[in-house]
Amino acid sequence: MKWNWETFFDALPFILPGLGVTVGLTFACYLFALVFGFFWTFLRRIPIRTINWTVTWVMEFIRSTPPLVQLFFIYYAWPMIPGIGVALSPFTSAILGLGIHFSTYIGEIYRSGIESVEKGQWEAAKALNFSTVDKWRKIILPQAIPPTIPMLGNYLIIMFKEVPLASTIGVAGILLMANTYGARNWAYLEPLTIVGIIFLLLSYPSAILINKLEKRMNRRFDKEMAFVKEEVKNA
Amino acid sequence: MEEVAVKKTSEIEEKEDPIVVYKDVHKSFGDIEVLKGINLEIKPAEKLALIGPSGSGKTTIIRLLMTLEEPTSGDIIVNGKNLWKMEKNGKLVRANEHHLRNVRGEIGMVFQHFNLFPHMTILENCTVAPIHVKKESKEKARERAIEMLERVGLKDKLHNYPSQLSGGQKQRVAMARALVMQPKIMLFDEVTSALDPELVGEVLEVIRDIANTGKTAMVLVTHEMDFAKDVADRVLFLDKGVIAEEGTPEEVLQNSKNERLQSFLRRFRG
Ligand SMILES: Nc1ncnc2c1ncn2[C@@H]1O[C@H](COP(=O)(O)OP(=O)(O)OP(=O)(O)O)[C@@H](O)[C@H]1O
Ligand SMILES: [Mg+2]
Repeated sequence: MKWNWETFFDALPFILPGLGVTVGLTFACYLFALVFGFFWTFLRRIPIRTINWTVTWVMEFIRSTPPLVQLFFIYYAWPMIPGIGVALSPFTSAILGLGIHFSTYIGEIYRSGIESVEKGQWEAAKALNFSTVDKWRKIILPQAIPPTIPMLGNYLIIMFKEVPLASTIGVAGILLMANTYGARNWAYLEPLTIVGIIFLLLSYPSAILINKLEKRMNRRFDKEMAFVKEEVKNA
Repeated sequence: MEEVAVKKTSEIEEKEDPIVVYKDVHKSFGDIEVLKGINLEIKPAEKLALIGPSGSGKTTIIRLLMTLEEPTSGDIIVNGKNLWKMEKNGKLVRANEHHLRNVRGEIGMVFQHFNLFPHMTILENCTVAPIHVKKESKEKARERAIEMLERVGLKDKLHNYPSQLSGGQKQRVAMARALVMQPKIMLFDEVTSALDPELVGEVLEVIRDIANTGKTAMVLVTHEMDFAKDVADRVLFLDKGVIAEEGTPEEVLQNSKNERLQSFLRRFRG
């Protein structure tokens, strides 16, 4: 098989429209996971052991099952369950499947952020008699979320790279477009190369950006830590 | 001077109902009983100093009142209301958060390590609770917070963040933050012991100011014996989870025959 620039430029306009779908699905899944992640985090904080166990177990189950299987389940199997079965479009199924899968990771990130808020902050919030909602809104989350931003950013890139899985249930992203082109013209090398290049062009700069962000946050964190250390020394 | 202060307290005792009552309060952490039956009454505007060796349970006593810990048994009554228990269908049951919030509003606390909100300016630290807990208007909360910060000598730091302040300044902000909530009783847990020695004075000065002008009752856990003698109406010596000695500052700090108290005090006389 030989590289053919003509095929390359013929495939490019065929594939590119799929980019909107791929990027759109990425952000939709990401948003879903960001919101749903809160759901896990708060469920796990309910101080009832049975709930806590169940939630932990469900999260573990979701995380240790391949996202592709979950995708297939939601798209093919769920509609067949009598009573609760609903047939969803490929795009919606992908948002649900990938979104739920990654929400379990995002939930863990939130948890680490919340755990990083000092005990004294919770106690001060209580001493000032904040309501539970205001305590979270005004005191805890504003301190818990910023340190997690670089990690959350990393997950955006990871999700971007997982989204092509949705081509298997017929979401017309760049991978499906490339595959379709390949099947029609019996030429896979060029279209799939295009897909690779697109991912590289989008992922790599984003990764660098997030890396920078992370360094900046760490610097800020280091400064704060230096301050805390000084305080401990003074104490 | 000191005699007058003593007389004042006894006058109050006759007239007014206590603002806080501990009735046979016990607290255990796991198998270890830390408080072994605390009985205590605090009158409105009374200044109480709590002294005692490390681990005797001083912090635990005031944390129970701030609802940061739950007593194992016994009752704490705040302003006539049972703090940790509420009535439900004619029975006393464990208080829920709603009940705790109703009672907790009377109490304020200043912590050893300040616990200021690092993501807020000094002014915001002092307005966030009045606005969101007391539902005050932003203007009024701001006005009162500035007034209070002026009183603790920090009017020029309104828009700084806690990380830009010295320990002494932070502790003064923490006091302003608690005071704007106008609690009936303020708890101070060794508020100077995390500070550089040269910063202790400015913080004690502010406490003295609050003590002299406020109608707020105060419980001071402290190792500053001279200060306790100056400010307190009554001193409690806590030892191994019980109140081993109590009385006026003179009675406890000077004239007590309690041997454990004497050996404890000897360590502060150097
Ligand atoms: N959350 C906790 N879990 C287990 N043990 C605790 C807890 N809090 C306090 N204790 C124990 O209870 C005892 C009393 O503690 P507390 O902090 O009330 O003493 P303290 O008089 O304030 O001492 P210090 O002068 O050192 O501050 C100590 O032995 C302490 O180790
Ligand atoms: Mg203590």
